[in-house]
Amino acid sequence: MRPIIHIENVGKRYQIASERAAYSTLRESLTGSFTRSVNRLRGRGETTAYRAFWALRGINLDILPGERLGIVGVNGAGKSTLLKILSRITEPTEGRARLYGRVGSLLEVGTGFHGELTGRENIYLNGAILGMKHAEIARNFDEIVAFAELGRFLDMPVKRFSSGMYMRLAFAVAAHLQPEILIVDEVLAVGDAAFQKKCLGKMSEVSQNGRTVIFVSHNMSAVQNLCSRVIWLAGGQVVDDGEPARVISNYLRTTLTTMSQQTWPDPNAAPGNDVVRLRRAAIVPAVAEFEDHFTVRTPLRVEFEYWNLTPGSALDLAVVVRTEEGYPIFSTASGREPSWAGRPFPAGLYRSSFEIPGGLLNDGVHRVDISIRRNERQIVYHLADVLVFDVIDTAEERRGSFGKLVGAVRPSFTWQTSVIEEPVADSVR
Amino acid sequence: MTLMPEESVRGLPPAADVLPVSSDATLPDQPLVVIEQRDAWLSIDLAELWRNRELLYFLTWRDIKVRYKQTVLGAAWALLQPAFMMLIFTLVFGRLAGAAERIPYPLFAMAGLVPWTFFANAVSNSGNSLVNNVQLITKVYFPRLLMPAASVLAGLVDLAFSSLLLGAMMLYYGIRITPHLLMLPVLFALITLCALTTGMWMSALNVKYRDVRFALPFLVQLWLFASSVVVPSTVIPERLRWLLYLNPMSPFIEGCRSALFSTPFHWRAIAIATALTIAGFAVAAHFFKQTERSFADFI
Repeated sequence: MRPIIHIENVGKRYQIASERAAYSTLRESLTGSFTRSVNRLRGRGETTAYRAFWALRGINLDILPGERLGIVGVNGAGKSTLLKILSRITEPTEGRARLYGRVGSLLEVGTGFHGELTGRENIYLNGAILGMKHAEIARNFDEIVAFAELGRFLDMPVKRFSSGMYMRLAFAVAAHLQPEILIVDEVLAVGDAAFQKKCLGKMSEVSQNGRTVIFVSHNMSAVQNLCSRVIWLAGGQVVDDGEPARVISNYLRTTLTTMSQQTWPDPNAAPGNDVVRLRRAAIVPAVAEFEDHFTVRTPLRVEFEYWNLTPGSALDLAVVVRTEEGYPIFSTASGREPSWAGRPFPAGLYRSSFEIPGGLLNDGVHRVDISIRRNERQIVYHLADVLVFDVIDTAEERRGSFGKLVGAVRPSFTWQTSVIEEPVADSVR
Repeated sequence: MTLMPEESVRGLPPAADVLPVSSDATLPDQPLVVIEQRDAWLSIDLAELWRNRELLYFLTWRDIKVRYKQTVLGAAWALLQPAFMMLIFTLVFGRLAGAAERIPYPLFAMAGLVPWTFFANAVSNSGNSLVNNVQLITKVYFPRLLMPAASVLAGLVDLAFSSLLLGAMMLYYGIRITPHLLMLPVLFALITLCALTTGMWMSALNVKYRDVRFALPFLVQLWLFASSVVVPSTVIPERLRWLLYLNPMSPFIEGCRSALFSTPFHWRAIAIATALTIAGFAVAAHFFKQTERSFADFI
């Protein structure tokens, strides 16, 4: 079968100016080019410290029509860059990609939404931005409204929408995009469970119509369920490509082992946005005496340090701890902490932590997601797999049995057994 | 407290249940798009712009819709801007400049201010259009040229409103119109093109150099005084007047006055200005196209 997307040796290089903000001023550029040319005349080399950084290199892929390709990899592996190249937002530095179908890309939910416009107006605007024709939008209009469950809010400015309604509307428009190739970035990272379910259902419906889907997500169970093929990107290159279960398990095994502490000393490069930025995430033993690994008995402390960049918003950290396969074990949020609940945070650096008591987690790899919410309902930042840690069984816990105990958690309950009735010795015999 | 991301993929059919349905027959022989580093010497892709005409319409419509939201006076600002300027100019320059033409100064000033206000707003809005729409630039592909173009086109609505005010003033002062007025739409079109050209330069530079954001208001202010809006070009000594030809806006605005007040057109000046504008547009289009490729990387 002929591929619908043919990617040939694609690479993308970024120039990173060291110790400098992303954009320059005209004067710097002028003086910079002046000193460069003077130095060149004098026979010296380049003075400006630019570092070339290949976000992607040597990507060769053939994607077949109807294939549902999942892309997995840690943050910075090049996933988003590849999607941006295929969506024509940025050009590759080398190589080329040939597309034999119309592309619709959904790199963000609600691109181009304008808060002042009503739901109805935004449906048309957003549809046009995503590449739909006016007639196409008009034809699907009722269906979009129904999918978004807008009801009487249809003619209200979207700035008055709840975040849930906003997301539903945005996804509803995008879901009715009907290109031959649909490119979807981590759009499921936000929104509530019902919304995510709806989105995934819609996406699987889209792919069953024979359309090609390229899907990036940190949600491994979503990737596994939705995709027919998975590639694993690391350091801008394809490390593995093939059957979803195998690639995902390779990926999890190789990458998700040593991330029990992460520190980002440079606020400009730290994960986050204009509202919050992370400085440190760590899971450490909450006790003094500690062997070199976490056992099922070790009490653990999960710590986050973060900058609040917009004073006055009440921040709330929500954490989900998952099993290796991505199934949630529990979630917890800082919003109920009595000293801060609902209070506005002044701008500054904060640390929030909580403890997981010993004797709760089962053995195995655990993954931690963090969402930072503002004013109780708006998710301003989400990062999956911010921490990954391994919990190990101890010999005395195991007590001679082998294999992992069934269950997401393994609390040590106190069992009690008592005799209810003593049988008459004769009747037993 | 309920917005916790959760799993919710159960209930989906396993991937293996669904087989690819498309076959070779539906695929075109030639790729629809080849993505690679493009040749810098390509000019504007007109076919692509045409395909995206609906998006241009929607972006323009959005700019119009949003412009006066949450203002008390709303679209009245389109009239108030030139009207206030006219009052100030009349107070300051009224006596100085009025003698030069046989037109009452307030009307003289208004005839210049209506096209000028359109031009000035169009240039500053389109100059900031790319930077103000970072979200769109980094998340979705469309010909970037639509962005400054929509900002310029959105200004035409204001121009229509303020033209009504100008018309009312013409009636009030009892000015008769003649076939000269037929040139007015042509001149408005040329001014639009001039604004788009400037907007393309400024918006493209703005992506990389945010200095533009601060320099732009100055540029527009200075340009105002070089465009025969305040005083007629005749107050400038004859031997220096050719300098005004270098600024297309001066002949265009004087041309608007000729069209409205039925004075003779300076055809030579208008022709030179038109040639400059078209040449400038061609260069701007090339520059824009060349820098467009890296917008998403720099913005």
